[in-house]
Amino acid sequence: MNTTDTVPVWQHRTTGKRLLIWFGWLLLVALCVYSWQLMTRDTIWAFVADAPRQAADLGSRMFPPRWSYIEKLWMPLWDTLNIATLGTLLGVVIAIPVAFLAASNTTPSKVFVRPVALFIIVASRSINSLIWALLLVSIIGPGLLAGIVAIGLRSIGFVAKLLYEAIEETDRLQIEAVTATGASGAQILNYGIVPQVLPAFYGISVFRWDINIRESTILGLVGAGGIGVQLQASLNTLAWPQVTMIFVVILGTVVISEWVSARVRHAII
Amino acid sequence: MSGPAFRSTHTLLEVSQLSKTYAAGDKALDDVSFSIPAGQVVGLIGPSGAGKSTLIRCINRLVEPTSGTISLSGTNITGMSTSELRSVRRRIGMIFQEYALVERLSVMENVLSGRLGYVSFWRSFTRHYPKADVQKAFALLDRVGLIDHASKRADALSGGQRQRVGIARALEQDPELLLIDEPTASLDPKTSRQIMRLLLEICNEQHLPAIINIHDVVLARQFTERLIGLQAGRIVFDGSPAELTESVLTRIYGEEDWTTLDHETEAA
Repeated sequence: MNTTDTVPVWQHRTTGKRLLIWFGWLLLVALCVYSWQLMTRDTIWAFVADAPRQAADLGSRMFPPRWSYIEKLWMPLWDTLNIATLGTLLGVVIAIPVAFLAASNTTPSKVFVRPVALFIIVASRSINSLIWALLLVSIIGPGLLAGIVAIGLRSIGFVAKLLYEAIEETDRLQIEAVTATGASGAQILNYGIVPQVLPAFYGISVFRWDINIRESTILGLVGAGGIGVQLQASLNTLAWPQVTMIFVVILGTVVISEWVSARVRHAII
Repeated sequence: MSGPAFRSTHTLLEVSQLSKTYAAGDKALDDVSFSIPAGQVVGLIGPSGAGKSTLIRCINRLVEPTSGTISLSGTNITGMSTSELRSVRRRIGMIFQEYALVERLSVMENVLSGRLGYVSFWRSFTRHYPKADVQKAFALLDRVGLIDHASKRADALSGGQRQRVGIARALEQDPELLLIDEPTASLDPKTSRQIMRLLLEICNEQHLPAIINIHDVVLARQFTERLIGLQAGRIVFDGSPAELTESVLTRIYGEEDWTTLDHETEAA
């Protein structure tokens, strides 16, 4: 304190940490350079140079949309909404028990049950809806049912993961107070935990429904029903004005579903 | 502060040689023994981390004791299986520092949840409680001055009001004993005194024994007839508020100038 040459030096990071951070940046730059080389190797630059003209050409063929085609789109659109809604319902119904089995504070067994529940969640999440639909079309045949089940299976993981995280974040003191009254296990769930996770549950479900509307529009590409069937047919026959019309309808639906989902979540939280 | 003359002096709660060692190896309670006669209100004082909270949580087995026995009116609580535990927990009402109400349920549902140990799951799930339970809940809400708030959600109330709901919930259980964990630590001084007064009035009316875990020595002295001092998991004092001298306070809390505290007590 009395000599100025022994003023302690404060450093935010140790030398080792600083070196490590620089090494991290170096690695990132190297990766970028490598990726760029990889990309340019397989690119045919003549096509890229031609791109603006091609885009303009396609655009002129797509425009204007064939407005009268909408008459044939109402039914597939209705199917698409049904796939999304029923699929979400199916997913949610299965996700609820999975979430309670996966949450570390409600699982009956951390050693046996919890890993199984977590595996179900990961398995469901790791496979895209389109892939689920592809598998299901070959198992139960083309049509709406394949689409509904595909959306349902994909939703289980999403809903269960977010829900079990919400269950784990519940206030322990409220649960303790309900336990102290002499409540049974089911009563503790009903009074201590469910009221705490209900807003999150509604929010997650509506959010997933919103995502599922978008996902169900493409399931028809693999024959799982909905507006995607028309999209594929139009693409195959190069009926570009119809494709544009389908895009317009999908855009409108997604905008409306997002609005609904935002309103519902706002009302709950 | 003296309660009414004891109508009976039989031992209601008997704690003997109770110890609790947490998994991490911390010894929270070390050979704690005491007993409480029917109708007595006991203040449990001691520094933070002395084991006060662990001690009252051992009594309804929210915390599992490592060794020792606890018996309530002759029933051994420590030897009970988890399924038998339900029938003893419902006889012990608990009031919490942070109120611990289920925030998103109504005041009425919170009070009625005091009956969970008595009713079937289906009744509690459909909120279809026996008429007598609902009447009792209304009477208790009236007693704590919240009759107009029955349908409000718990998170719409102020701190003092929430603690009153917590008191009503505990009394809805028809308890033989109240465990009260820092009832005033989240409240302002005036509300604290109102809540303590309400608790004491109710205990006296119903001849209900209580253990009040409290860190405010002034409040403890003012409102309880007996004080137990815990220090590092051991009982270092057990006596009346008058016996709580400066040297005793030093034994419980460590060296400090306690004279200002005495003036405060005289003023109050």
